[in-house]
Amino acid sequence: MSSVLRILLRRLGISVIVLIGVSMLIFAIARVIPGDPARIALGPNASAEQVANLRAEMHLDESIFAQYGYFVSDVLRGDLGQSLYTNRPVTTDIVQFLPATLELVIFAGILMVGLGLPLGILAARHRGRWPDHVIRVLTLLTVSAPSFVWAVILMLLFAFYLPLFPVAGRLGDSFDIATVTGFLTIDTLIAGNFSAFLDALSHLVLPSVALSLSGIGQAARLTRANMIETYDKPYIEMAQAFGFFPSRIAKRYAFKPSMIPSLTIIGLDFAAMLGNAFLVEAVFAWPGLSRYGVAVILRKDLNAIMGTVLIIALTFLVVNILVDLLIAFLNPRIRHSTRASS
Amino acid sequence: MTRALRIIASNPLSLVGLILVLMIVLAATFAPWIAPFPTHNSAVIDFAFANSAPSSRNWMGTDLVGRDIFSRILYAFRISLVLGVVVLIIATPIGTIVGLLAGYLGGWTEAVLMRIVDVFLSIPPLVLAIAVLGVLEPTLTNAMIAVTVMWWPWYARLVYSIARSEREEGYVLAAEVIGASTTHITLREILPNCLPAIITKMTLDMGFVIIIASSLSFLGLGVQPPTPDLGSMVAEGARYLPDSWWMTVFPGLAILLAVFGFNLLGDGLREVLGAEE
Repeated sequence: MSSVLRILLRRLGISVIVLIGVSMLIFAIARVIPGDPARIALGPNASAEQVANLRAEMHLDESIFAQYGYFVSDVLRGDLGQSLYTNRPVTTDIVQFLPATLELVIFAGILMVGLGLPLGILAARHRGRWPDHVIRVLTLLTVSAPSFVWAVILMLLFAFYLPLFPVAGRLGDSFDIATVTGFLTIDTLIAGNFSAFLDALSHLVLPSVALSLSGIGQAARLTRANMIETYDKPYIEMAQAFGFFPSRIAKRYAFKPSMIPSLTIIGLDFAAMLGNAFLVEAVFAWPGLSRYGVAVILRKDLNAIMGTVLIIALTFLVVNILVDLLIAFLNPRIRHSTRASS
Repeated sequence: MTRALRIIASNPLSLVGLILVLMIVLAATFAPWIAPFPTHNSAVIDFAFANSAPSSRNWMGTDLVGRDIFSRILYAFRISLVLGVVVLIIATPIGTIVGLLAGYLGGWTEAVLMRIVDVFLSIPPLVLAIAVLGVLEPTLTNAMIAVTVMWWPWYARLVYSIARSEREEGYVLAAEVIGASTTHITLREILPNCLPAIITKMTLDMGFVIIIASSLSFLGLGVQPPTPDLGSMVAEGARYLPDSWWMTVFPGLAILLAVFGFNLLGDGLREVLGAEE
């Protein structure tokens, strides 16, 4: 068995344990709620009999363990219950709102890696000189404000004062695009409507930049620190002594080993953006899962809250497994070893 | 202590951080005396000056009902700082004890405790806090509880990784040989070696707690009006962009300034204490 496969299996095993824990945690949070969930669901005008019926239907009169059992078996059958806010199954709501959020987070992730890593490498190559200092102050600034502050500032500058990008939403009203994947940048291309594609892309710019700014800063700081550690290794000194070009040393010898420790944290940052999307979506009226999440929380819509948190935790776990696989694949010591060593 | 101060003072960025933090702490402490309109932290209405741009009377303009934004920012700093301090004072010891036990004892304790930590870490921080606040009433106390629930696992993981590497060190083995108790070894032998990392993380985290707390109140899940909070001030003003820009820009910059100060100071402390990231 190859070791990449073994790492995958071990990760999956741990993830299953973690997922069971997450389901318990979410269940516990939902049961902390003060008051009777059935009464909250029906409102103050419902009769005592109606409440009693719903209590029986929700299994609220049985033991807490039995309730957890019902919860898990429902979730495994893909049934997250009915949302009180939209009056639809929670799974239907999530299928509708998740793609918009994922599209935003994926674009922000591309920006984070695409801008953060080069900035970090640049700072490391010019350690102690002015590019390093400028990048240090800039990256510290980007991590010093929540994404909603960046969202407001970007909106003010590049949507109102310099009207380069749209103020809100995902797509102009004049376009009518059939939903296939829910990702508008893909759906518009499937529809063959290139101007709609550009419009969707321009709607994505400000929200994804606002969402990724602190991630860019984190990625740059981390990459710089790891690159500098790698630069102190003897094999780099030897390459320098041989007179290799600095750009070749950076690209061929220093970059990959310093990336491996950074990737784990970048995976965590990517996941944190799933949470911060709540803030950016609120500013840009982005019709995603986060806006749905806030709406259901303000209405104390239990099933929808639990479903949303569960789906976000699941996405988070999948991302982390992918990152671990990527690390295993990048690291030749893991990729080429065939025997168990851990 | 004097050595630490000298090192911080020798690094211009850390010095800026120290000054920023001191200024904000002083401004928050003496808000009732510094604020030009000390009563504007409550539901005061002054329609004569409603929605006015920055002027010599109101340096940062006024909100929709005429309250002075600058005065409200000073009061909002109080909430942010108190929340940050309370969360860290509760979350740090919990995380530290879990981390010490898992790291030193190993075996089943380690497996169980660290899997629990993994569970908490596998929900994005803001989402976990939002979920907790979703079922509780949105008040300052509950916001503190929600942020504490998501915060302690990070300390557990930090202390765990240090404790696990210290477990095999000679001084720990020596203490074991002379029959020291687990309490003694974890608290008196291993803990002092974790302190630099913990203190550095706490300084940096003051900034992050301010970010998370303002994010919660931005979503309407934290401190409730009329009590001023930086996050809810931005949210309120965001509806009146771009005309009444001062309602969002100044509270937003206030968050940036406060967090930037703690980040610069934390960065400097890291160098002084020699702690790893």
